[in-house]
Amino acid sequence: MVETAIELRSISKSFGPVQANREVSLTVAKGSIHGIIGENGAGKSTLMSILYGFYEADSGEILVRGAPVEIRNSHDAIEAGIGMVHQHFMLIDPFTVLENVMLGAESGPLLSESTRAARTELERLEREYGLYVPLDETVGDLPVGQQQRVEILKALYRGAEILILDEPTGVLTPQETDQLFEILKALKAQGVTVILITHKLREIMAITDQVSIMRGGEMVAHRDTAATNREELAELMVGRKVRLDLDKTPVAPKDAVLSADHLSYSDAKGIQRLADINFTVHAGEIVGIAGVSGNGQSELLEVLAGILPPSAGSVSLGPITATPENPGDPEQRRLNGIAHVPEDRHRLGLIGKFSAEETAILGYHNNPGYLSGPLIDRAAVRADCEKMMRDYDVRPPDPMLQSSKFSGGNQQKLILAREMEKNPDILLVGQPTRGVDIGAIEFIHQQIVAMRDAGSAVLLVSVELDEVMSLSDRIIVMCGGRIIGEVPAEEADARMLGLMMTGIPRDQARNADAGAQVDA
Amino acid sequence: MDDTFLLVVRTLDATLRVATPLIFCAMAGLYSERSGIVDIGLEGKMLAGAFAAATVAALTGSAWLALGAAVLISMSLALLHGFACITHRGDHVVSGVAINILVAGLTIVLGNAWFRQGGQTPSLPADARFMSMDFPGAEAMSEIPLIGQIYAELISGHNLLVYAGLAAVPLTAWVVYKTRFGLRLRAVGENPAAVDTAGISVVWLRYRAVMICGVLTGLAGTYLAIAQNAGFSRDMTAGQGYIALAALIFGKWRPWLAFGACLIFGLLDAVSIRMQGVELPGIGEVPVQAIQALPYVLTVVLLAGFIGKAVAPKAIGQPYVKER
Repeated sequence: MVETAIELRSISKSFGPVQANREVSLTVAKGSIHGIIGENGAGKSTLMSILYGFYEADSGEILVRGAPVEIRNSHDAIEAGIGMVHQHFMLIDPFTVLENVMLGAESGPLLSESTRAARTELERLEREYGLYVPLDETVGDLPVGQQQRVEILKALYRGAEILILDEPTGVLTPQETDQLFEILKALKAQGVTVILITHKLREIMAITDQVSIMRGGEMVAHRDTAATNREELAELMVGRKVRLDLDKTPVAPKDAVLSADHLSYSDAKGIQRLADINFTVHAGEIVGIAGVSGNGQSELLEVLAGILPPSAGSVSLGPITATPENPGDPEQRRLNGIAHVPEDRHRLGLIGKFSAEETAILGYHNNPGYLSGPLIDRAAVRADCEKMMRDYDVRPPDPMLQSSKFSGGNQQKLILAREMEKNPDILLVGQPTRGVDIGAIEFIHQQIVAMRDAGSAVLLVSVELDEVMSLSDRIIVMCGGRIIGEVPAEEADARMLGLMMTGIPRDQARNADAGAQVDA
Repeated sequence: MDDTFLLVVRTLDATLRVATPLIFCAMAGLYSERSGIVDIGLEGKMLAGAFAAATVAALTGSAWLALGAAVLISMSLALLHGFACITHRGDHVVSGVAINILVAGLTIVLGNAWFRQGGQTPSLPADARFMSMDFPGAEAMSEIPLIGQIYAELISGHNLLVYAGLAAVPLTAWVVYKTRFGLRLRAVGENPAAVDTAGISVVWLRYRAVMICGVLTGLAGTYLAIAQNAGFSRDMTAGQGYIALAALIFGKWRPWLAFGACLIFGLLDAVSIRMQGVELPGIGEVPVQAIQALPYVLTVVLLAGFIGKAVAPKAIGQPYVKER
């Protein structure tokens, strides 16, 4: 009989009319790494928030180490030995590591004694688990991988024996992910129970002992990781068969239509975000930009789209040449057959309060087809939006519904429809599947490849390395606002790209990689 | 030479007196804003405190009872602000402005109804006020040049609340930077979700912060009505709550820097009083209005561009809602 760390019995929770969790039961064995997988909105995060006391369940029971407990707030959860590393770190940026860790677990009303006690204890924890972090550094200055360690230390400092990690690898490079997994294995070896929430099948297969699959607020299956595979898990998550690999015809590049020539960009504070960028994209190919978030990819996309002006150098997109003197604007791009699917759809892609049909013409509202005299031709707009919704399978297909009421995947499909149905010569796409379900990802990927096959030049920016690797014909790796190198898709592998994303040139990355494999 | 020195010392002395309500209010605002609650209602709370102090002093003749009443009233308003902003997640600026308008009107209406002196309260006798205290030997020391004069004019001879205001600064700095409460206070203004997940109640923490804010604005009002002046007059705060808020921002939400900013504003005010009627070479007599406007002009100029990047607490003004 395996000892259980956590047992959830028939947990239900609804937010108004939405049933987020329905009769969910889960048993997690002590000292195991237990994965919980499911699409966005499947109820994983709600379930874990209930376990960590962020929400209270409407009904159901929680047992910790066999004993029923009542968890009404995070304080109760901490008392029960549960710690959580949130997807968005719960850290105070201007505080030091030490201050962050002791916040809420101070040993007395004055800080001096708390600081001393925390330092001693943290140094012990760092040694025990190999979780080294500079204790007096300001947290905001640390790289995300280290910030995550601070979160883990916070949980351990509070005596957590059960550690929940919510989508921990979303912000990490492949190397940082490997390091995290080493830490999790060390924790497991010390008897800590780890619950890992993710939507990445690869991670589930790589590290978990058991996996539970959620769909539509319900727990649909439990599996021993060793006895399952990615295809089965994907099918359980989506509820139908999903093709994980993409069908792609060989690339047939034609003329160069998009090029950057010694392009640089400095932001309003004078910080250089892009330095001497040179590349070309041909019609009929997909070029992917890989890199850790915040290394200039966003700025590159926005310069190309005419949102930001170049500071030096130039870019040419079809008939347009944008220079610091003559940067152009997004409308000029649109009129010349250049479409842009922005990275952050909520900030740049749509207006939440607008109806779907209004979102469907944003930026194209001056097209003669949408106008009758100075007024918007509502009927034409409606008809066009209905067509987009049909072609791109936007659900629910209601042009009058508020844009913010659609799920992330359907919002994204609507934006893609808006940008792609004009058959642009150049398509700029940022994070096409961020926050999008696995089923919709499949569809979006197919549409992007179809664009390429129809002869468009596609530039893809994504922090999902898997996505860049499966979609692109060529991959450009960026780090610190510079291009580190370019790799044809067939020669790319995650380890090498990961090393390049940290700024190591391709030759060295390849050698280092070979060395690592010999060591292993 | 001696005269010039005495003039400087006396101007600094006036600076302290003028700056005291600013210091109280800036420290009050610091607690509130560090916890994430915007407080544009310092003005209103101070005015209400002043009215309460003057009224109770006039009725009972006790300065201490007056102080207690002022603190109580200001704290009630602070709790009202907290109820709107913390419990009901209302807009902080709207709630603050509402308090300011409410108090500006209510003090006049109630003052008229109770005392029938056009919104003023009766002039208070000395024993119903906080009066200046002369330190031992001040009289004798004043004969000694420099040190003696500084002691007698600048250090000695203020009322209790001036010294309390001065003490509030190191006390605030100590609380904010050296205590558990201070750590949590700074944290909740930056990222309330982090505080919540650390097992601390965001709501209770913020309520404590606005209550401290209420106490300190009450002291500021008391000082205005029954220490610096001998009674309440309509709108007697005259925008000082806003100036204190400006000083707080100017001081980047840090106690000592905010204190410095309060002294600068106080000095300008003191100088502007001295400048009235003085002939300046080449310009002639500067109009009184121009001089009186100086602190306000400076506020705008400083805030517009000379303070560099003021980094506000990150979560300021945002109601804390647990994410869906």
